[in-house]
This record gives sequence, C-alpha cells and structure tokens, in this order.
Amino acid sequence: MTATADNSRAADSGATLSRWLAQRELDRVTLLVIPAVAFIILLFVYPFFYGLVLSLQPKTGDWLANYRKFFSDPWLYNTITTTLALAIPSTIINVALSVPIAMRVRRLHRRRILTTILVVPITLGTVLIAEGLLNYLGPQGWFNRALMFFGVIGSPVRLVHNYTGVMLSLIISGFPFAFLLTLSYITGVDPSLEQAGATLGANARARFRHIILPLLAQGLAINICLSFVQTFSVFPSAVLLGEPAGATRVISIAAYQAAYEAYDASMASAIAMIMGAVQLLIVAAILATRSFLYRGSAGSGKG
Amino acid sequence: MTIAARDFRELRLEGMSRNFGTVNALKDVTLGVKRGEFVALLGPSGCGKSTALNCLAGLLTLTSGSIWLDKTRIDELKPELRGFGMVFQNYALFPHMSVRRNVGFGLKMQGLPKADIDRKVNEALNIVRLANQAEKLPGQLSGGQQQRVAIARAIVIEPPLVLMDEPLSNLDAKLRLEMRAEIRRIHDLIGSATIYVTHDQEEALSLADRIVVMRDGEVRQVGTSEQLYITPAHADVADFMGYRNIIKSTATPAGGKIRVKVGGAEIDATPIEPVTSGKAVVAIRPDELHVDPNGPIAVTVDSAQYHGHDFYCSGKMADGTEIYFRSPARTKRGDTLRLKVDPARALVYGDQGQ
Repeated sequence: MTATADNSRAADSGATLSRWLAQRELDRVTLLVIPAVAFIILLFVYPFFYGLVLSLQPKTGDWLANYRKFFSDPWLYNTITTTLALAIPSTIINVALSVPIAMRVRRLHRRRILTTILVVPITLGTVLIAEGLLNYLGPQGWFNRALMFFGVIGSPVRLVHNYTGVMLSLIISGFPFAFLLTLSYITGVDPSLEQAGATLGANARARFRHIILPLLAQGLAINICLSFVQTFSVFPSAVLLGEPAGATRVISIAAYQAAYEAYDASMASAIAMIMGAVQLLIVAAILATRSFLYRGSAGSGKG
Repeated sequence: MTIAARDFRELRLEGMSRNFGTVNALKDVTLGVKRGEFVALLGPSGCGKSTALNCLAGLLTLTSGSIWLDKTRIDELKPELRGFGMVFQNYALFPHMSVRRNVGFGLKMQGLPKADIDRKVNEALNIVRLANQAEKLPGQLSGGQQQRVAIARAIVIEPPLVLMDEPLSNLDAKLRLEMRAEIRRIHDLIGSATIYVTHDQEEALSLADRIVVMRDGEVRQVGTSEQLYITPAHADVADFMGYRNIIKSTATPAGGKIRVKVGGAEIDATPIEPVTSGKAVVAIRPDELHVDPNGPIAVTVDSAQYHGHDFYCSGKMADGTEIYFRSPARTKRGDTLRLKVDPARALVYGDQGQ
C-alpha cells in the first residue's frame, strides 16, 4: 500500500510541483514581475539601506552622533514642526475641499474637460507654479495692484516669501491630486445607495453623513496619507516662495544644506532617515484609524 | 402584527410624461391604483416602465403631468418626503450597516425612539423570516436573503405604496419562484398598494391583480391577468403574452367573424381591432394550434423539443412562413402535419404599426 503510494508520488513529482504552484496561482506569467522587483530593489531598497548605513558613519563621534546632533540643535529639530505646520494644514484643506467639489462634479456631463483642467497643475510641476505665484501675488503683481486700484488696500499685502506663499502653492499643486483621488472614490459609491436613502426619508445631509461618508472614509484615509507624504517632502516652493531661512525652513532644506553646503553626506542621510521616520509615523497613525472604519466594497451587494 | 400600510384611497397618475433630451421615455401615462392593489408594469426593456417607477419614487422629475395621493399633489415632493418604500433591482443595501441597521434606517430618519425602532425592525425581520440574521452585514448574506432585507427595509416604514423594480431578476430560477410567493404574501399582509416593474410576463400574470402593458413609453393595455392572456388588445401585447405566431395576413369579413389567410389556407378568426384595409395581423398561441388530420393548415416540421408534457415544434407552412405549435406525439424534422385552431382563439388585429 505504502509502496504503491510512494511510487506514484515519485512518478508524479514533476506534476506535483506544477500543481503546487498552480494552487498558489503562480505560473510563468508571474515571472513578469521580476523586472519591477529588480527596479524597486535597485532604486529604492538599495539606496535606502545605503543611506541608513551612511547615516550611522558620521564624520566625527560614535555611530549615533548625527542623530544626537539633530535632536540637540533647535535649528535642526525645529524643522520637523515647521514642516508639519505646512504639511498637515495643507493636506487637511486639500482633502476637505476635494469632497464637496467631487460630490458636485460627479454628476456633471462634461467631467472630462474639468478633469483635464485640474490635471494641468500636476503636469506643470511645483517650480513653474512657484514662478507664476511670485509674479502674480508679489508686491508688484496683478493681485496686489488690482486690490490697490479698487481701493481695497492701501499698501501691498505680503503674500510671498513667507508661510502664506508656501501654503498657497501647496494647495494649488496638491489639490488636483487630492481631488482626482476623491472623485474616483466617490464615483465608486453605487448611486442607488443614495437613492435608497432618499426613499427611506434621508435628506441630502443625512445621506452624506450616514451613507456616503462612511463608505468614503477608507478612501479619504488613503488620500490623506498620499497627500501628506507629497506635502511633507516640499522643497522647491519652500525655497522659492517661502522664507527658507526662517518660517518655512522645512526638513528637506536642512537635508539639502547638510549635503551641499556642509558637504556632510552622512548628516544629510541622517536627516533624510528622520524625515522618513516622521512620515512613516504619521501615515501609520492614519492607517491605524482604518481598523475602526468599514473596509468592504462600496457597491450594493450582488448586482 | 402592527406593520400595516398607511391608509389612503387612491394613487392617481395624470398625463405623466418624461423626456430625456429629445427622447420621450414616458408619454402621457394615466392610471389609478387603489389601496391593497398589486399592479405590475410589464414591458420589454426600454419601454418606460422603470422611468415610470422612478418618477413615482421622486428620483426623476416629470416633464409634464401630475401624481396625486388622494387630494395631495406629490409629483413635486422630493423622494424623502413621499414616504414610499422602494425595492431596487440590485437591492441597494447599505454595505457598511448590519441587517438591523439597514432595516431600521428609515425609522431612524423619522426620529423614532430606539426602543420603537428595535421592536418594528424585529417585526419586519420576522415577516421576511430573517430574524436570526439581524447582526450580519449584507455582504455575508445570499442573494435571496439580501432581497428579503431590501423588502423588510421598504415595508418597515409602513408606506402607502411599495415600488419594486425587477426585484427578482438577479435570483436563480428556483429562488425566483419562492420569492414571488413571498412578495405576494407580504403585500397581502401589510395591505399596501404595490407597483411592480417586470419584463417577465409569467411573473406579472401570476402576481398582479392588474397588469399595465407598456411599449415605447405608452400604456398599451390595462387589465387583469385573464383579460390580457385571453384577449390582448394590441398585436404588441399579444406578442408579449406568449402569442408566438404573429402572422401577416389578408382578411375578408364574413358575418360577425372574419376570414383570414394563414400560410395559404383560409381560416375563421375573431377580430379584436377593426380591419379596414384588408391587411391584418393574426395572433395565435402555439398551444392553441392542434394537430388534426382534417385541419386546414399544412405544415412541414423543422424542429421538435421535448418539454415533458408535449413537444414544442416549429415548422413551415405552405407559403414558407414559420409557425410554432405543440404536438402531443413525437414528431421529427421533415414530417408533414395538418393543424387547426378554434376560430375564437385566432385573434385578428389591424396592421397599423406592424
């Protein structure tokens, strides 16, 4: 009995392996992920560990000297709060604005045109937006001149080279991304759910609160994470539109200065590692709230 | 049992029309529905039956016409102010709420105290026989169970009118028969008026007190199941009621009856619409064509399918026109048979619109 079983098992060994793979849904097509994996290892995993090791080999002092220096110098550690003071409000503003606008836009017939207009700022990139804002919002820009012409203000308002300028640029460049993501989540909510809510006596506000928002919460959490990561690594607009030595000295500026002004690659790597850790912490906190939210599909069962 | 439909006497649709751009999806529909009545809107897809239902629910506004519930005009009210229960084709259950919260949603919106909501929800779940599934999410239920939740959610608010949009179309054949009986039972239990949209004539015939047959946005005929089945008023309606043989023909009057040509033979028939031009359409159900050696219609069999009780056959008549009939005995391709039909069961319509 056992002998026969062993024999057949031996004869089948080739077939068994392919069956074992098939049951795990692995076949030759799976090999196509190899280039992508290689790419990630080469361009992300390797540089990350290279940077980590580099940050632990300071010019002077023991292996933690860079980190100790960062957290003992307010000129350095304050960049974390400065960056958060820009990234958190702009993320919240972008995502919060995107919801009502996307709710309205999903019913439009010409959605495509609007979407195209909104994608433009993404493709232009932050530098061009910063240059535009400098001209437009500067002391001699159209905005101030128009306000002065109509007598609204007596002297130009300062809108650039400070916190406001960077904030405005983060909203302009970040909003389209937040909006497109929210729009795709909102259009994923089955419209018949809202209709069912209406026939059950729920007005527009109640439908949003009890039906749309809970189904959207999951997507909004992801949206907040992605928008936050984008704004946290702000660099060009903080330099061009902000006050890079003061109110908008963000953490990426500190890293840049360490690398290209002090030529301390080890310190720069340490700052980059700290930057990554802060981002990871915030993203983890947001994702942790997901466990309280509904996580299934936003469809309406079978259909 | 305390769940009972709110009292009213009659729902009236007066000249209800709806256009989408230049398309008239609904043309001048007038209809009265009494409390306790089960009315089916029957028609092929695109006939306007779902548009009519959405207009009633308030999900679409009317282009012209009005809707009245007794003496109140309701067509300008938002859906949330009409208080009608609606069962959607895809059930539209809230996926993030338990069965209990789904069913209780309408009551919560009315601001009822929690104890009352619980009591009514339990009752509604008892009616649809789902009392033991109350804490599950919709995604954990089978299609038939989801359907029951959707019905419980619609009836728990005690609506005067329950609207159902093809509620059985997503279920398998066996469950569909079961749920059909359930829907009628619940309707009778709560005593509301039900308007039921379907494209399945069998469903409409077996469920409804009255059937409204629609085509191209218009009402073609309103009547009881028997009226529609035995004397459809239009060739369209006949086509929908299982008169598979719709044969173009010529007619000559002969006393109270009429004589028509069918496949080269002349037979007696019953006029339903006046035939003025001499051209006519003859409608005959396959099961009313009997195989008879002395019958007037000659036919050559093309195919025969066994259906348990008899054979469903198709064949060609002398002039090459296709005809469908039933045969109690086995036949095969190439056999020649003769058919006859009771003159009362060969219905003749004018050829307008054909």
